[in-house]
Amino acid sequence: MKKLIEIVKLKKDYYVGEVTVHALRGIDMVVNEGEFVAIMGASGSGKSTMLNIIGCLDKPTSGDYILDGTNISELGKNSLAALRNRKLGFVFQTYNLLPRTTALENAELPLLYNNTVKSKERREKAKNALESVGLIDRMFHKPNQLSGGQQQRVAIARSLVNDPVVILADEATGNLDTRTSYEIMALFQELNNKGKTIVFVTHEPDIARCATRNIIFKDGLILRESIVNDRINAQEMLASIPIEED
Amino acid sequence: MSIRNLLKIALNALLRNKFRAFLTMLGIIIGVASVIAMLGIGEGSKISIQNQIAGMGLNLVAVVPGSQQRGGIQFGASTMQSLKEDDVNAILSECPAVLAATPEVRGNGQVVYAAENWPTNMFGVNESYLQIRERSVGSGRMFTDREISGAAKVCLLGETVVTNLFGPGQDPVGQIIRFKRIPFIVIGVLAPKGLNTFGQDQDDLILAPYTTVQKRILAITYIQGIYTSAVDSKSTDLAASQIEETLRRHHKIRTSDQDDFTIRNQEDLLSTFDSISNILTVLLGAIAGISLLVGGIGIMNIMYVSVTERTREIGLRMAIGGRGRDILMQFLAESMLLSITGGLIGILLGLVASKIIGSAMSWPMVILPGSEILSFAVCTIIGIFFGWYPAKKASNLDPIDALRYE
Repeated sequence: MKKLIEIVKLKKDYYVGEVTVHALRGIDMVVNEGEFVAIMGASGSGKSTMLNIIGCLDKPTSGDYILDGTNISELGKNSLAALRNRKLGFVFQTYNLLPRTTALENAELPLLYNNTVKSKERREKAKNALESVGLIDRMFHKPNQLSGGQQQRVAIARSLVNDPVVILADEATGNLDTRTSYEIMALFQELNNKGKTIVFVTHEPDIARCATRNIIFKDGLILRESIVNDRINAQEMLASIPIEED
Repeated sequence: MSIRNLLKIALNALLRNKFRAFLTMLGIIIGVASVIAMLGIGEGSKISIQNQIAGMGLNLVAVVPGSQQRGGIQFGASTMQSLKEDDVNAILSECPAVLAATPEVRGNGQVVYAAENWPTNMFGVNESYLQIRERSVGSGRMFTDREISGAAKVCLLGETVVTNLFGPGQDPVGQIIRFKRIPFIVIGVLAPKGLNTFGQDQDDLILAPYTTVQKRILAITYIQGIYTSAVDSKSTDLAASQIEETLRRHHKIRTSDQDDFTIRNQEDLLSTFDSISNILTVLLGAIAGISLLVGGIGIMNIMYVSVTERTREIGLRMAIGGRGRDILMQFLAESMLLSITGGLIGILLGLVASKIIGSAMSWPMVILPGSEILSFAVCTIIGIFFGWYPAKKASNLDPIDALRYE
């Protein structure tokens, strides 16, 4: 199986005034193509720092991170930006959609930073992405006309539009109720079944059980890694939750 | 990022806050409009004054007596009795650059007709006066050579005098008026000319043969001034020097002595008023320029607020692949769109305002050629200059911090 993400002896230090904070203290991990990995851990365990580095938003202090064959520690700011644009999709806890901008325009945003995509193609891809998250009938709705779950689905469409090698989700269900959380997880599972690699950070054990593998961080190190045996099928879970839950 | 995408992003961002974008542009709109209107007003007033001065007479060169000096005491301008009727003839025959010349003598007093009276000036001139001062006879006729040599008691009235002495519809021609108790037959009425730049009524006058005014009104033998017309507008300086030479010779003034007369031409007057209205233009332009600057600072202010307010948007754009340069360009494009759109609207508004002011003041409104282009360039520069710092700030944000910004 192809290694999409390979992290070797990775360390990350922050300097806050005189104090050095060792956020990551030697991480080794691999994510293979087609995996659905949940990163868990308490606050301050380093899981967010890890996701930032995986997302090429931050660079390690030492160690190697190889994303789809590219060692990012050798890249400059602009190359990192290009890498994020071509190979990564981001889903955030707070959706981060542009206000007063239609779902379609939000979804096509990453392609505006890719000169090789023509405007017609861009629109087509954005429509396809919205189609795959089931929001094609809402493509001209603006964020304030959409529910939280729908907004997050627009955000997922935005992360899909550039056909990334891996989707990174940071507490993507953190702002949603239980039912909507499982709706989003069902969507992620569906995408994963189609072959998308997904890495997401959560602190909800039930949500983590939707993934195929869990990695638990503690104090800047990996505490435990485990294959999920009793994987939750979010779609089935959804059926068991009454719709009128409040 | 391609220019098209850049403009699309910037335009979308501005359209999300239409009203704010408009208010921001308003500063630039007012600034540019006032620059254009103020420069237009300055230039318009200059041309208006030039026209008025040119309207005082055709290529006018005037000779007035010099200041009298007796025992070292100066008696002020035009106090000498140095100009004579012969000087006019000499100028006409010896100065090729002079087209026409008229003597002038002035008497002021009350003009009386029936029960009405009116204070005015009576100008004693010859028949060339009309041509030199660009006047024309509205009804009746001008006096003749014979009437001049005979010191005939005939006169022409200005419009103001007519309205103050005669009832509506009454024809003054052929009536007899009295000026300083001397009866004059009205032989004509001058076509009205209105106020001059300095607010003087150019129709409040009576014209009579200079011989009549000299002998019957003032009882003098000298004349109080000579008005001449140069052959064309370029020859006024030449005419002035020829007149000076002729008069010095006729007055037998030694080379070491001062002239006993003063020559004034329109050039002197024009250059004086030109410099005044240039100062005015600079002043108005500077004030308008300051308002443009304030407009630019308004853009900077809003761009700053915008960068802070959209920190998370900036973080997102960076996360999905926007480089620092893309962010910088986006915010620069936004500020330039604001300033250029504002500038274009301002130019239009300025042109309209100039037209309105021009027609209200009955000035020829002149839009300085290139002032639109200049304003446009200034707006672009303002957009870049005042947009740069906020845009730089945005592009230097750290995506992780920006995404977490609350």
